[in-house]
Amino acid sequence: MNTLINAVKKVYGEHKVLFLAVIVVLLLILPFLGFKKSTIRIMCRILMYCTLAGSLNMINGYSGQTCIGQAGFFCIGAYTMAILSTRFGISFWILLPLGGIMAMLVGLIVSIPTLRLKGIYLSIITMGASEVIRIVALNWESLTGGSFGIKDIPRPSAGGFLVDSPMKFYYLFLILAVIFLFISSRVIRSRAGRAWMSIREDELAAKALSVQTSYYKASNFMYGAFWAGICGAAYAPYLQYIDSTVFSLDEGFNILSMVIIGGQGTLAGPIVGSALVNFLTEILRPVGTWRFVTYALLIIIMMWLRPQGLVGASDSILAGGRIKMKSKSKKAAKESA
Amino acid sequence: MGEVLRTEGVCRYFGGLKAVENVSMTVNSGQIFGIIGPNGAGKTTFFNVCSGIYKPTKGRVYLCGRDISNMRPETISRLGITRTFQSMQLFKFMTVLENVKIGCHKGTKSGIFDAIFHTGRYKRDEEYVTRKSLETIEKAGLTKYAYTMAGSLPYGIQRRVEIARALATDPEILLLDEPAAGMNPMETVDLRKFVQELNRNGQTILLIEHDMKFVMNCCHNILVLNFGKKICEGTPEVVKKDPEVQAAYFGSGMIGGEVLNHA
Repeated sequence: MNTLINAVKKVYGEHKVLFLAVIVVLLLILPFLGFKKSTIRIMCRILMYCTLAGSLNMINGYSGQTCIGQAGFFCIGAYTMAILSTRFGISFWILLPLGGIMAMLVGLIVSIPTLRLKGIYLSIITMGASEVIRIVALNWESLTGGSFGIKDIPRPSAGGFLVDSPMKFYYLFLILAVIFLFISSRVIRSRAGRAWMSIREDELAAKALSVQTSYYKASNFMYGAFWAGICGAAYAPYLQYIDSTVFSLDEGFNILSMVIIGGQGTLAGPIVGSALVNFLTEILRPVGTWRFVTYALLIIIMMWLRPQGLVGASDSILAGGRIKMKSKSKKAAKESA
Repeated sequence: MGEVLRTEGVCRYFGGLKAVENVSMTVNSGQIFGIIGPNGAGKTTFFNVCSGIYKPTKGRVYLCGRDISNMRPETISRLGITRTFQSMQLFKFMTVLENVKIGCHKGTKSGIFDAIFHTGRYKRDEEYVTRKSLETIEKAGLTKYAYTMAGSLPYGIQRRVEIARALATDPEILLLDEPAAGMNPMETVDLRKFVQELNRNGQTILLIEHDMKFVMNCCHNILVLNFGKKICEGTPEVVKKDPEVQAAYFGSGMIGGEVLNHA
């Protein structure tokens, strides 16, 4: 499996631009290839989860903080959209960034008391925060409609063009995913991205090199939460009906499994993870809730055979001792010589 | 020659354990200052106090006349003390270049929005970081390893990467915690030459080391700690002859003293 992935990587490295162009064109014409509506719905989900899993990957994969409560931020974004658009009729395009900002603020609130925590303790707190958000959404009936949820969330429209079919939402989610990937790829190649990665690798050393770890840990959390909020805000009008059961812990683990299966600390990882997990969800529909057992097994097998994930980078922290760095260093030595 | 780092009666207690007790010293600009002492003498604790990882229980630490006793490590590092660690704390899964780039964090200011929109500040910063890191890597003689994963390098080279990373912050004073630990004699000699060359270029260095040959040959001034207390301070010649130092290292006997004189 490793050799196959390496071969793919090599071809990709040689024809990067061509590769990306082909992928973009394929994605653009995909909905016109005569798929059933249900198939297009699955594609929508895959694209939505690309961004959502990607936002979690920003936290878990790049700064090494272990958040498993991404569903909470997702929930904040979705409810922001649902409440403000049904009650005040505010435009989708204003609420989309606002959902992200609301989630970002909640991310800040969660991250401040947890700056000193890491590993399993941090994950427990984020899990708790996610549940708290869901339970508030369930019980604050006057605002969120409680267990009845919120119905008839208006579809977004732009200049008379109504985004109302799964096919149109497909493009909305595609644009979101592309924007997310573009911005994130810039951020991780910057000073802030390097600071995040230094915290992932070794927090003490990062401090000794004058990286203000608290600031960067909080900003990383906020960045991840922001994109999860955006996803929620875009997902609510797609479903048109949301209630608190959409944002349970299962959802959080679902997102986490995409990140782990795809590969933490890479931009492509969550995309692959999202495609695979959503595909499995559909395939395994006949076995009902047993599919969760399959996910668990899949995660365990992944941890065993390929801890860095399917497309995981060799520099991923989870890759552990399985890295073949020799060939890489030889190549680098040749280049510099 | 102004003072760079000065401590006044620094103490650090862990409950009843007096790890560092009333240590005062002054490191002047352009010096290589060595701290030696038997195992458990409190050398690393003293380092941790100087670099802000521990707060001193009593006493003060001054950097270029400025009181830094209660500051956080990242602030102290920003002001000009950069340290390396006894148990190397490299970013193992990043390349040497990326490691050194993080050392340049201090000299740059661009934020997330600069990165998203590729503003002028971002471009200036990135250019500065790349140039500076490559320069530092070259200075440390690591050019051929620049794109290698740091964790896969030999031990001696890893030590050097850690020093290079610290140098990228342009520190007023460089703190090296046992830089030669675990090195073979050849690597130790290389390291000594490297440290001396840095010093010739004006870098002030404070180092902890167990290798007597290393310390005696390269330090201008030496501080000896035992059980957290300062027992001697002075040039290598003074320290070698000091009876208390000899007693601490070899017990008080004729033979012990002779061994040290041969080092």
